[in-house]
Amino acid sequence: MASKSFSSSSSSSGCSPASDRRISVLARHLVAENALSSSPIYASPTSSANSVFAHIARGPEDPILGVTVAYNKDPSPVKLNLGVGAYRTEEGKPLVLNVVRKAEHMLVNDRSRVKEYLPIVGLADFNKLSAKLIFGADSPVIRENRITTVQCLSGTGSLRVGGEFLAKHYHQRTIYIPLPTWGNHPKVFTLAGLSVKTYRYYDPATRGLNFQGLMEDLGSAPSGAIILLHACAHNPTGVDPTPQQWEQIRRLMRSKALMPFFDSAYQGFASGSLDEDAQPVRMFAADGGELLVAQSYAKNMGLYGERVGALSIVCKDADVAGRVESQLKLVIRPMYSNPPIHGASIVAAILKDGNLYNEWTIELKAMADRIISMRKQLFDALHARGTPGDWSHIIKQIGMFTFTGLNSEQVAFMTREYHIYMTSDGRISMAGLSSKTVPHLADAIHAAVTRMK
Amino acid sequence: MASNVLSAAASASPSTSPVTDLLKGKGRLGSGNVGSLFIKDKGNPFLNSKSCGRISMAVAVNVSRFEAITMAPPDPILGVSEAFKADNDEKKLNLGVGAYRTEELQPYVLDVVKKAENLMLERGENKEYLPIEGLAAFNKVTAELLFGADSPVISEQRVATVQGLSGTGSLRLAAVLIERYFPGAKVLISSPTWGNHKNIFNDARVPWSEYRYYDPKTVGLDFEGMIEDIKAAPEGSFILLHGCAHNPTGIDPTPEQWEKIADVIQEKNHIPFFDVAYQGFASGSLDQDAASVRLFAARGMEIFVAQSYSKNLGLYSERIGAINVVCSSTDTAARVKSQLKRIARPMYSNPPIHGARIVANVVGDPALFDEWKAEMEMMAGRIKRVRQKLYDSLTSKDKSGKDWSFILKQIGMFSFTGLNKNQSDNMTNKWHVYMTKDGRISLAGLNLAKCEYLADAIIDSYHNVS
Repeated sequence: MASKSFSSSSSSSGCSPASDRRISVLARHLVAENALSSSPIYASPTSSANSVFAHIARGPEDPILGVTVAYNKDPSPVKLNLGVGAYRTEEGKPLVLNVVRKAEHMLVNDRSRVKEYLPIVGLADFNKLSAKLIFGADSPVIRENRITTVQCLSGTGSLRVGGEFLAKHYHQRTIYIPLPTWGNHPKVFTLAGLSVKTYRYYDPATRGLNFQGLMEDLGSAPSGAIILLHACAHNPTGVDPTPQQWEQIRRLMRSKALMPFFDSAYQGFASGSLDEDAQPVRMFAADGGELLVAQSYAKNMGLYGERVGALSIVCKDADVAGRVESQLKLVIRPMYSNPPIHGASIVAAILKDGNLYNEWTIELKAMADRIISMRKQLFDALHARGTPGDWSHIIKQIGMFTFTGLNSEQVAFMTREYHIYMTSDGRISMAGLSSKTVPHLADAIHAAVTRMK
Repeated sequence: MASNVLSAAASASPSTSPVTDLLKGKGRLGSGNVGSLFIKDKGNPFLNSKSCGRISMAVAVNVSRFEAITMAPPDPILGVSEAFKADNDEKKLNLGVGAYRTEELQPYVLDVVKKAENLMLERGENKEYLPIEGLAAFNKVTAELLFGADSPVISEQRVATVQGLSGTGSLRLAAVLIERYFPGAKVLISSPTWGNHKNIFNDARVPWSEYRYYDPKTVGLDFEGMIEDIKAAPEGSFILLHGCAHNPTGIDPTPEQWEKIADVIQEKNHIPFFDVAYQGFASGSLDQDAASVRLFAARGMEIFVAQSYSKNLGLYSERIGAINVVCSSTDTAARVKSQLKRIARPMYSNPPIHGARIVANVVGDPALFDEWKAEMEMMAGRIKRVRQKLYDSLTSKDKSGKDWSFILKQIGMFSFTGLNKNQSDNMTNKWHVYMTKDGRISLAGLNLAKCEYLADAIIDSYHNVS
């Protein structure tokens, strides 16, 4: 804690209180170095004397978002940003969906709209429609009114609110996350108050799913433990279980009362079909059990910066769901009081209008198809160059990301020599590729693999 | 509650449910019709078991894992609006939540906001992720607005500014920073204060205690008590101060009192922590309402300031605000900012763009900025007129000689009527006037036409209910 070597009390000198204050401030800056050099708190050589924050070190740049920071600094004309997972068009530009623009125009031009606080749980329409989207309109959990859905700040916010709720109210405070997983997952859950363990997931040898390891690790988890599941398009690997494997996972989990917590960030974006990408979640919902699901509209509606998402908790019955909802409000209120309206209104407008909804599914499929096409093109390009290794995982993996299997030295090489920006775990965002840039990436991978082992 | 919750084969007939059998101690594990039952020590039966094929669905748990969860009480402030909505009486008046209403008691979207949104639409900007710290243009203008563009803290780049989710979100970021880097340090909050302050510090696990503030005898500031309590706090405590328009009392220190508060905070090496939710909205002048913060900044103190644009720009549901930390050096500010980012990332990754862009557009455009100032003067002016009318109505109707002038001395959206809980309940139950139980009314929800009715309700509750 900061300590001064003198007091600024005006009674100690003959000066007026105001000049006393001025002298104190001056003196503080002059004597500070000597007075404080012995204090262990002011160990940082770069800190200004007498700051209460002197002991605060500089935090490292976020590893994922830091990739874009580094990319922006690079002056090379051939630089490629395959870091953060934001969709890019064939021209390499960010995309705002046509339906989103339409919905936004409608909203802004609607003179009856106001900006009053939303309820703590968010926009009611948005919540209902989000539940319908992920569970299916005819889902028993909806019919039986067993869900509470609360609007949250995109996927991250939904995961955090869910995690805090579980840490406060659930009897098992351990969550198992797949190895590897999105870099922010461990931090979100740790800060929410859960303890984080891992289960085996990715098999580097096959560049596919280590199903046996997964089942073993879930099988040895304590009863009731929380299990984080990527609903589809696993981030960062792009490796998903098959429907049959999902069914086995489900049975194992239900037999051990493991609590499923789905992270659904790519519904519709992975295969191009909203229903297909929701199957794992719906499979669990259909068996009558309880589960959590965090939904994000960042990618599938391109609403990244609007921070739109929802947390749904499927409970045994409506009464439990009501009580759970009341407790979710107590988590949200001291965090940000109530969620932002703009993005949720856009989503609600699109989901509730038949024409806009159809238009959306078409635009969504186009994005998913472009990514699938990039996968094919990259695979073909590597094949054409005779790049050593089996690259079929590029077309087997699904969603925005490919886990190339490149190691961190190879990644650093690609950044240095070819100005390719990606996360050091070898993950590339296919959404950042275009037909024009695939050859450059293929060259870079080829060079990395042949020159750096 | 059974900790060995089981899932059993759906193929079992309902009347002889294997689950109930087992729970009753009957039945045996491994019996044919419970193929998917979990058997503790036998490793994983699923990979090898052929009987899995017969089971199409596992019946889920019979008991909810959330069964023990109790219904939480409704939020005391936001719950008031919900109760108001449910009331069908035509005389009802919502003086609960602090959202501005027009003279027609309608919500108000500022003209400048509509103009900014139209500009944004025309430009067709993208919706990419903001950086974790928020929109750079917003962060720049918000700090300048608060400290004054010519303030040394700005020119010396000594402010760490991070866009936050309105006032609440900004307070929360600061609270987590305090918990992490000043472990054990206490926050002193005024008695009373905004109801959510305690929740924020509780959830962030920051200990807090209260300093005296409201004096019910004078319906004014207990200045001696405030100074004593701040002096008595352990050195290096955080002192939460309302920049202007104290919520819920509407009672602000005078400029001379602010100087003395700054003195004692400096004496005790406390850290001032301002909550600025009404800049421009209280007096109608942005500069005047920032005077307290600027006084502290001018003394070279290190300060936390949480800002909100909910009221002054009417952007309630857009959730736009900022946490500012004034530090003693540029480098310190950079380090503090980096740590605030580390707190935001696992909470919501990055903040919402829409409200930030609106603020940046309004404050950044001279014409829009001037228009905004005019609209703010209009809103603050309406509240002052309503205060005057309420005071006049109370004084003329109340024959007891009670001094109602505190209504005129208080400032901002809220007024502490001095009514206790029973009296406040009477306001609601008998007069359909919705307010919070601490006696707080929102003048923003009152219009000239209803002042007499409100005066009647207050007089009745004050004199006839104890």
